[in-house]
Amino acid sequence: MSEKKEYKVIGTRPIRHDGVDKVTGRALYGADFQIAGLLHGRVLRSPHAHARIVSIDTSRAEAYPGVKGIVTAQDLPDPADKVADLGEGAVNLKYLCDNILARDKVLYKGHAVAAVAATSPHIAEEACTLIDVAYEVLPPVLEVRQAMEPDAPLLHENLKTTSLGETADEPSNVASHLQYKKGAPEKGFAEADVVIEREFVTGTVHQGYIEPHNATALYNPDGHLTIWCSTQGAFTVREQVAEILQYPISKIKVVPMEIGGGFGGKISVYIKPVAALLAMKTGKPVKVLMNRTDVFEGTGPTPASYIRVKMGATKAGKVTAAEAYLAFEAGAYPGSPVGPGAMCIFAPYNIENVLIDGYDVVVNKPKTAPYRAPGATNAAFGSETILDELAERLEIDPLEIRLMNGAKEGDRRADGPIYPRIGYIETVEAAKQHPHYAAPNGKKHHGRGVASGFWFNIGLESSVTINVNVDGTINLVEGSTDIGGTRASIAMQAAEVLGIPAESVNPSVVDTNSVGYTAVTGGSRTTYATGYAAYEAAQDVKRQMIARAAKLWEVDEANVQFADGEFSCINGKEEQISFRDLCARLGETGGPVVGSGTVNPGGAGGAFATHVVDVEVDEETGKVEILRYTATQDAGKAIHPSYVEGQIQGGVVQGIGWALNEEYIYDAEGTMTNASFLDYRMPTCLDLPMIDTVIVEVPNPGHPYGVRGVGEVPIIPPPAAIANAIYDAVGIRMTELPMSPERLLKAIGTI
Amino acid sequence: MAKHPVSLTVNGDEHDLLIEPRKTLLAVLRDTIGLTGTKEGCSTGDCGACTVIVEGKAVTSCMVLGVTAAGKEITTIEGLASDGALHPVQRAFIETGGYQCGFCTPGFIIAAKALLDENPARTEEEFRHALGGNICRCTGYTKILEAVMQAAEEIRTTA
Repeated sequence: MSEKKEYKVIGTRPIRHDGVDKVTGRALYGADFQIAGLLHGRVLRSPHAHARIVSIDTSRAEAYPGVKGIVTAQDLPDPADKVADLGEGAVNLKYLCDNILARDKVLYKGHAVAAVAATSPHIAEEACTLIDVAYEVLPPVLEVRQAMEPDAPLLHENLKTTSLGETADEPSNVASHLQYKKGAPEKGFAEADVVIEREFVTGTVHQGYIEPHNATALYNPDGHLTIWCSTQGAFTVREQVAEILQYPISKIKVVPMEIGGGFGGKISVYIKPVAALLAMKTGKPVKVLMNRTDVFEGTGPTPASYIRVKMGATKAGKVTAAEAYLAFEAGAYPGSPVGPGAMCIFAPYNIENVLIDGYDVVVNKPKTAPYRAPGATNAAFGSETILDELAERLEIDPLEIRLMNGAKEGDRRADGPIYPRIGYIETVEAAKQHPHYAAPNGKKHHGRGVASGFWFNIGLESSVTINVNVDGTINLVEGSTDIGGTRASIAMQAAEVLGIPAESVNPSVVDTNSVGYTAVTGGSRTTYATGYAAYEAAQDVKRQMIARAAKLWEVDEANVQFADGEFSCINGKEEQISFRDLCARLGETGGPVVGSGTVNPGGAGGAFATHVVDVEVDEETGKVEILRYTATQDAGKAIHPSYVEGQIQGGVVQGIGWALNEEYIYDAEGTMTNASFLDYRMPTCLDLPMIDTVIVEVPNPGHPYGVRGVGEVPIIPPPAAIANAIYDAVGIRMTELPMSPERLLKAIGTI
Repeated sequence: MAKHPVSLTVNGDEHDLLIEPRKTLLAVLRDTIGLTGTKEGCSTGDCGACTVIVEGKAVTSCMVLGVTAAGKEITTIEGLASDGALHPVQRAFIETGGYQCGFCTPGFIIAAKALLDENPARTEEEFRHALGGNICRCTGYTKILEAVMQAAEEIRTTA
């Protein structure tokens, strides 16, 4: 894998196969789906952050003209305290069900309580106001440290802390405690000449996809249930709905419509089982749409966190020990991404002595969901800030200290894995050599910061089938929803194998009845794993086509070779036929050729990124202006460089939003006071410069073309890089996210 | 609720409709006429996904009642391509990779089109100001700006 390979399709920039559909308004997203006889559903949500449900009376709503059906948790099968495996780790089924429709308690403002299906969305909304719910309001717990106090109000009476395999006797809001240890941290700190320790706090942030959640369900009297929706994973929707409704998986068909962004937030189901229940109850198709406030209040954001990081280094700059304490808010039910946060913190460095403790803590906020490299951004904000401070104290260039301690092939991460060939050092070198890093930056209130990030990436299962057409094109059938150009990046991998242009592949993303199992579009796995499946399916086509050519020429298959889109006979006969011409002769040589590829690859190959940012701090207003931004990243092999750049730029800007503006702002009762795009301030193009990218290619040995997932890692460095730049500009270490004008002015002492 | 007779011209075609006065122009376009290319992202005028052109001006159609658009000329994303050819802005978005999920794209393309109709000779900074009402969560805007500037260049040189 070390030598540069020559490719014909890989590394080029063809136009996306769904390009025209998406610029002409023809692409159909979940809310665009129409079907005759459609009813409209609306969800009633809790006005309280923490309350016991005393009673629900739906009689007034049921009597309202136009109302066709109402469901509550009583319509869901009673979830025993059993654990369901949904492909992404075990999930407690009761928690999963209670988050769909609250049974005994509501655990956050916006928690779904009941739903109405009616002949119009207005009637459904009106009817929701006629459902009488009696609550016994309880005090809410809204912050992770408060929730960990021994006398904190409890969300779950039966939740007991699992700590390193042992379960506690008394209930607690701390769902679990994990620990990774390597070497002897105390000894490591004793060897250090400088030790720095700080506390960090990060706010709750939302993925902020522009398309709200949606679902349309149809129930047939023969028991078949169909759900059209926007999702990151149609098969995952099928699994979750089957578990929640205790319904046979083979009777559920999920049709993935186009999806308007997800970033991890469209994996868990919310209204899909509700639409299904309403469809079953009314016998009619039911469409349920969320509005923006529902999305903020009723779907999983990514957690707020409290973090302590301690690192020590010798005068020469060698980091001798590192410790982290990570307490993450899981939201209403256990399951924060503290595990990934613990895996990723310190991962760019080879540190001999490491101790990481992670706590998963429930609070009265929506159950958190993944958001682009979940957990890693929170964690890196702490570690990358401390490393910057170490470099400053030791008078070492911040990129230099990263090079000195950077992880390489053969080094072991604190959570266990030994790195295969990785490209971290290369990203730091690329940043160091970039003209940005050499550019002058001495103006008053201007500052420069750097930070790195790691995301492990995942493999998981994918399936692809390829149907060969008579005209030399192929139809590629896949199960990965395309959120940002993966039709192209997957099709290109099949095209490379078969020696045909990317345009000769017609990719289709199909429903769960029409392709083999495929896990979610998430974990930066789609171009890697579904691309791998496309590669395997194309290899299968190639093998079958070789057999056809052999049959045509009446030679042994071993005598047929395939190169550059041509089959030729290598022994005896002077025969040659192009892929295209052979496609026209499939009928006479045995019938159609259908290739298939299924994978569950283990070698996802980690992704590293190093960012450089210049900022200007306005000491009067507290505003931080991003002046220049350069992101370097190891893509392994960039299948479609434009779309890799797009992933990096998008991730960076989400990271900038997280760093400077975005947070859920709660009042004392637990109501989010900024649940709109006006008040939850995501970056607009006014807030940004052009984002410069450098793609580094250190091929991943775990993929035939060397692909590493690229989607997630770019969100990790920005908060720390910007904090370090702010320090460089005004000499203040910011330790709370977001670094909003208010926080900055307070830190500077202006207010 | 009583319905009102309203005539709208959408993408050059006249539509005689009976609509409830509470229905937004967005709902009329999507649900009554069936033009679902215009997207609903926030319903509060903050994200720009529902941008359409009314009498030459880009507006967020979720902030306009359908009945108030009576008699007006409206252009939606479905009306941009003509004679089977894409508008330069549409083509530029495809060529530069100016979208990822594509959900905010109709709004961006329509906003950019209105802008370029008015005056294609603008600086990057001016384009940033003019497109500040449209939110994209996927791209970080770099390739969107590149697309709009590429289209502006093409319109300027072919005008």
